Amino acid sequence: MNEHSLRIGNRGAPIHFRFDGKPIEAFDGETVSTALWASGVRAFDGGRTYFCAMGVCQQCAVWIDGTRVEACRAVARNGLDVRSGA
Amino acid sequence: MTASYDVAVLGAGPAGAAAAIEASSHGLRTIVFDEHIAAGGQVYRTSPRIEGNGDADGDRLRDAFGKAGIDRRLAHRVWHIERGDKGFGVYALGPDGPFNATAKTLIVATGAQERYVPFDGWDLPGVMGLASATVLLKSQRVLPGKCVVVAGAGPLLYAVAHGIVAGGGRVAAVVDAQPRHAWWRPDVLSRPDLVLRGIAWLNALWHAGVPIFRGRVVRSVMREGEALRVCVVGNGRVREIACDTVCCGFGLMPSTDVTRLLGATHAYEPSLGGWHVVVDDDQRTDVRGLYAAGDVAGVVGAAAAPFQGRIAARSAARNLGRTVDSEGKRERDRAARFGRAMTRLTQVDDEVIAAIPTGVTMCVCEGLNRATLEAAIDDGCATINDLKSATRCGMGACGGRVCEDSVARLIALKTSRTREEIGQATGRSPLRPVELDAIAGDFDYDALPMPAPAPL
Repeated sequence: MNEHSLRIGNRGAPIHFRFDGKPIEAFDGETVSTALWASGVRAFDGGRTYFCAMGVCQQCAVWIDGTRVEACRAVARNGLDVRSGA
Repeated sequence: MTASYDVAVLGAGPAGAAAAIEASSHGLRTIVFDEHIAAGGQVYRTSPRIEGNGDADGDRLRDAFGKAGIDRRLAHRVWHIERGDKGFGVYALGPDGPFNATAKTLIVATGAQERYVPFDGWDLPGVMGLASATVLLKSQRVLPGKCVVVAGAGPLLYAVAHGIVAGGGRVAAVVDAQPRHAWWRPDVLSRPDLVLRGIAWLNALWHAGVPIFRGRVVRSVMREGEALRVCVVGNGRVREIACDTVCCGFGLMPSTDVTRLLGATHAYEPSLGGWHVVVDDDQRTDVRGLYAAGDVAGVVGAAAAPFQGRIAARSAARNLGRTVDSEGKRERDRAARFGRAMTRLTQVDDEVIAAIPTGVTMCVCEGLNRATLEAAIDDGCATINDLKSATRCGMGACGGRVCEDSVARLIALKTSRTREEIGQATGRSPLRPVELDAIAGDFDYDALPMPAPAPL
């Protein structure tokens, strides 16, 4: 899947976070789930990137800087350390 | 140290925001909690700083909400509520750690969540809800996929399909469980403006060459390399469609976690989205000081929500000794009629539940398939709570929010019991998953009061 083609309209300058050590491009205002989805990550160890998108299903739960949080509720920020796994 | 308020509102969507603004206008000390970083709820959900996201209605709501002198606790997750002699204790977790408050009255405006119906492959990556697709399209300005099958029931089908086409994606097919004539009802036609918008959506889909299959449902989704292959059945036909993403949902259900936890009376009514908290004409529940507004009291949509919110706030104000008339009931009821007509379009036929293959995982968190659940039902589980005790169904991370409705339908199908007999899962805290060390906050271990050891 072409990486940028899912985003509609213009974005500003990209920011980056790490997902299981791999750099992921994101843009201001996006959630971690959205950036992963737009980068072609649809599932990961222990979950799916997008199912309910509103903090209900818990399938996108990840570790961000050591805290358990739903990726669909976490705002993407430069330099975040996001990890999958239970 | 706990802050105290006259009114606490849970949810800053159209109902909650209107309730809070109204309460504050009567001089009541008001606090609002919402999980999201901005007010507006799911219907007007926005993400600041993404070009072209959000909408005018949502911006007006946020503007009024921001100016009303309300204590706004956005990005706060409420995980527990307790009821005491003087009101309610609300326990939340925010960006700066735990935040607790007490309030004399509580207005629950927790809205709704999507109804999912399992099918073979519904747990594959690339399958998501219709409401999730709405979040992606509206607030995040991202296409759910490049080539998408949009399936399920209700107006969201056409909103999502149109959003994908307008955003430059391709819709491989719309699969609507309802036949065409289901849409032509007098209560649907009561909002010509919305009917016109729907016709504009259909027109855009027609111009984009999107096939619309009515009276049919998704039977299975299979992975084929990078692609997904969707099997659509109905009207005696079977059709296979290739795509990269499937968005599927069957309307909305009231989010009753809080009202169940507080012991309010609930009722089951399919045309209101199923189980909802019961309110009177003044939006009062049968728990003293507890009010409900918006879809939690029955899914009737965003147009009715602000009226419900204001009526709830006025009831709370009267309860707190203010002299306030009730108003807006007629407007509320008129808006609710159309919303309820939309909810009616999202019913799921028994055949769709009956067709779920035995090997399909119904409770995803606990990994329970239909065969396992049926065996427990055959062994005598007759209520949701029975099944929960016997199998752990609904006890995983999502708390049963994803599977409870379809599992209850399965019990109904197997035992011919009513949904009232099958019941709801008992409300429990934590209302959402929270980390124990996060809600404990910072404390000095040595300062904890330790009871004296029991004498030997």
